Amino acid sequence: MHQFLQQVFSGLAAGAVYASLALALVMIYRATDLVNFAQGEMAMFSTYIAWTLVNAGLPFWGAFLITLAVSFVGGMAVERIVIRPVENAPILTAVVVTIGLLLIFNSLAGWIYSYTLQEFPSPFPDRTLFGALMTTRDLGVIAVTLMMLVALFCFFRFTATGLAMRAAAQNPESARLCGIPVGWMLAVGWGFAAAIGAVAGIMVAPVLFLDPNMMSGVLLYAFTGALLGGITSPIGAVIGGLIVGVTENLVGTYLIASQLKLTVALILIIIVLVFRPNGLFGTAVVRRV
Amino acid sequence: MSETVPAGTTEKLAISGGSGASIAAWRWLGGAVLIALAVVLPFTLSNYHVFQLTQVMIYAIAVLGLNILTGYNGQISLGHGGFFAAGAYTAAILMHRYGVPYWATLPPAALMCFALGVLFGLPALRFEGPYLALVTLAMAVAMPQLLKYFDTWTGGQQGIRLAKPMPPIELGTDRDRWLYFLVFVVLLIAVRIAANLLNGRTGRAFVAIRDHPIAAAAMGINTARYKTLAFGTSTAFTGVAGALAAIVIGFVAPESFTLFLSLSFLVGSAVGGIATIGGAVVGGFFIEFVPNFANDISDAAPWAIYGMAMLLFMYVMPRGVVGTLGPWSTRHWLVRATQQFRAARDAKKM
Amino acid sequence: MAAILELRAVKAFYGQSEVLHGIDLAVEEGGMTVLLGANGAGKTTTLRAICGMVRSEGQILFAGRRLERCTTEQIAGYGVAHVPEGRGTFIGLTVEENLRIGAYAATGRPHDNMQLMYGYFPILAQRRRQQAGALSGGEQQMLAIARALMMSPRLLVLDEPSFGLAPRVVEAIFGIVERIKREQQVSVLLVEQNASLALEMADRAYLLETGYVVTSGSAKALADDPQIRRSYLGY
Repeated sequence: MHQFLQQVFSGLAAGAVYASLALALVMIYRATDLVNFAQGEMAMFSTYIAWTLVNAGLPFWGAFLITLAVSFVGGMAVERIVIRPVENAPILTAVVVTIGLLLIFNSLAGWIYSYTLQEFPSPFPDRTLFGALMTTRDLGVIAVTLMMLVALFCFFRFTATGLAMRAAAQNPESARLCGIPVGWMLAVGWGFAAAIGAVAGIMVAPVLFLDPNMMSGVLLYAFTGALLGGITSPIGAVIGGLIVGVTENLVGTYLIASQLKLTVALILIIIVLVFRPNGLFGTAVVRRV
Repeated sequence: MSETVPAGTTEKLAISGGSGASIAAWRWLGGAVLIALAVVLPFTLSNYHVFQLTQVMIYAIAVLGLNILTGYNGQISLGHGGFFAAGAYTAAILMHRYGVPYWATLPPAALMCFALGVLFGLPALRFEGPYLALVTLAMAVAMPQLLKYFDTWTGGQQGIRLAKPMPPIELGTDRDRWLYFLVFVVLLIAVRIAANLLNGRTGRAFVAIRDHPIAAAAMGINTARYKTLAFGTSTAFTGVAGALAAIVIGFVAPESFTLFLSLSFLVGSAVGGIATIGGAVVGGFFIEFVPNFANDISDAAPWAIYGMAMLLFMYVMPRGVVGTLGPWSTRHWLVRATQQFRAARDAKKM
Repeated sequence: MAAILELRAVKAFYGQSEVLHGIDLAVEEGGMTVLLGANGAGKTTTLRAICGMVRSEGQILFAGRRLERCTTEQIAGYGVAHVPEGRGTFIGLTVEENLRIGAYAATGRPHDNMQLMYGYFPILAQRRRQQAGALSGGEQQMLAIARALMMSPRLLVLDEPSFGLAPRVVEAIFGIVERIKREQQVSVLLVEQNASLALEMADRAYLLETGYVVTSGSAKALADDPQIRRSYLGY
């Protein structure tokens, strides 16, 4: 029982990271019907920026905040410069652009920072709590993720820009008629997604060790979590990410060793999707003919 | 009077009357030229280049499979690398364990992958868009892991090493060229089958389902059956390509069939033109040559160059090379060229 | 009176097809102009051309400004409030959020305008926290008009406000629109299928047929014109 709770809790911590990246994916999908395959690599690149700042002597949380700001601007720039040319093209074209972006970020990171695994500092002390039930690190990750989610919720609920972004995502044409610069709202959305990704990367780097391929597995789990929760639902993304994290941990502990863990976890989740083809909280697209 | 008839008038005449015949004639001629080129080329190039062109054609067959499913039928697949692997390993196991001659492994590979595709396509009926992407992604991710797990059959991590086939002595060609022509013949057959399928009733049903599934069902098209058929046909093509890859390279291992391969097929498909047949060949060229080319430009960050090449192609030709240039060329350039020729000829007669 | 909106030789295109072939029309400041015509005549296209939503040629002048090269957002910022065909309500947002969005381009304080809107449309005040998608058709139309007015526009553009609504509801809505026009000094450009009702309220009218203006004049004059009947019913 004790081990079970332990695994659940550490699964929640991993799940918090997946949930963050899943939220980033959903944010972009809601606005553009596009899955940003480069989200993981962008997060990885942000994490390298944080690592560079920390190595230069900045305190951890200072580097953290600066990285978030830089990632936000970077995400906006990516949308305005790279994605905008294909905003009216078929979806597959945009998908290929994100795949290209994935390769570019991965390759650039390898070139600038090399492929050697690097240690990434954790801001949380290395202790266990409640009789070895959970670690402070896991608790810290969950806390940071929670705070980020609350901040985002408040932004979208209570600010004018947040409202404008929601409107622009729901109904771009009507939003334009209200004077909302939809293109820039999209860019801000990408900025947020990039910042959220940076948080995910920074939280997971101490465990996975920093290297250019660090986020590829995370992206896969995040994508799965987002779909499990419902690709159009932000709450679903978070819950889906958490479920995937816990499932991955439990499958790894009780069912099968690491090699097939991913396959089994995926299959389990797909079985759930067979019964709920739009995810747990997703809404079916009702098409009027 | 040697006055050329103004372009506007002849254009209208040509569109209504002669252009149909002239386009067909141009297509036939173009096809014949390409085939002649493909037959002559391997005798002018080095062994390595011939091998590369063989790879191009193998990828073309694989991408053609993807085009059938995603381009013509609208079902996205991120998992075709997995079906490619299935075909490759089917051929490899048949050759290695049961001593089946290499050319005889192609039909079983096709059948096996067709069955796999149908098996996959049935539950896939429930999914659309990103959900379908995930389900097919699972295939791509699971395949290398499953291949490593069932190692008594698949040779596990080490893979299976195969003897490269020897060409029949009577022909006097060497191995690389023999394999080139083998793949070339299979490519021609594949293109022929695809063209017949896609230009006929089945193809029209596929496209109807892609563009408006509700209307298609209302017209009496059995969407479930056609979607599953599309899946099976698509994976059969890609599976045969995989089998050919096993034969030509002489080695299969799980590391060759990662998610990146599936993504490469998708990229090749988009670059060539997702709902075209000719685009598959363009895609094959892209997948084979651009990474090498990128390596030449920068060996520090070659994949970044590859990624930038993808971006460039998508910006300039969002519908793919054949998707963008195809309609343009047949409608405008060729027709105008024919008109001008005819106009000049008629003017001389006067 | 001066014209607040003027179209001169405006053509509009969907892709390569030309669908408006040189439209001339004007909306007087403080007045109401109605565009009539059968389905496919080009009425909605004209409105979309004004708001920069389709490719167009020709001159579009609004309060002395040329609108042809502007984006839709910019045009809204200049004071053109467009209620599109089908209302364009943000069904995922609440009534109050819809109104707040309407004020994005506003110059005045949103709170003042909101009280004003609740005054004109009391039913919206009652339903302010409900999801906009749960409102009835008539209520959504009211919400759409209120949303447009939140930006204190100089020109209100309405595309088929009576669409899908019961006659009583339509009359009520039109009554409110007329009141607003008077009290807030808003000019109105109205597209309507319901010709008789529209002609009762409007000052000027234009009749469109397959992309051409075939008749124009004062609303009273057109109300007796047999061309309108011919255009709609074919006899």
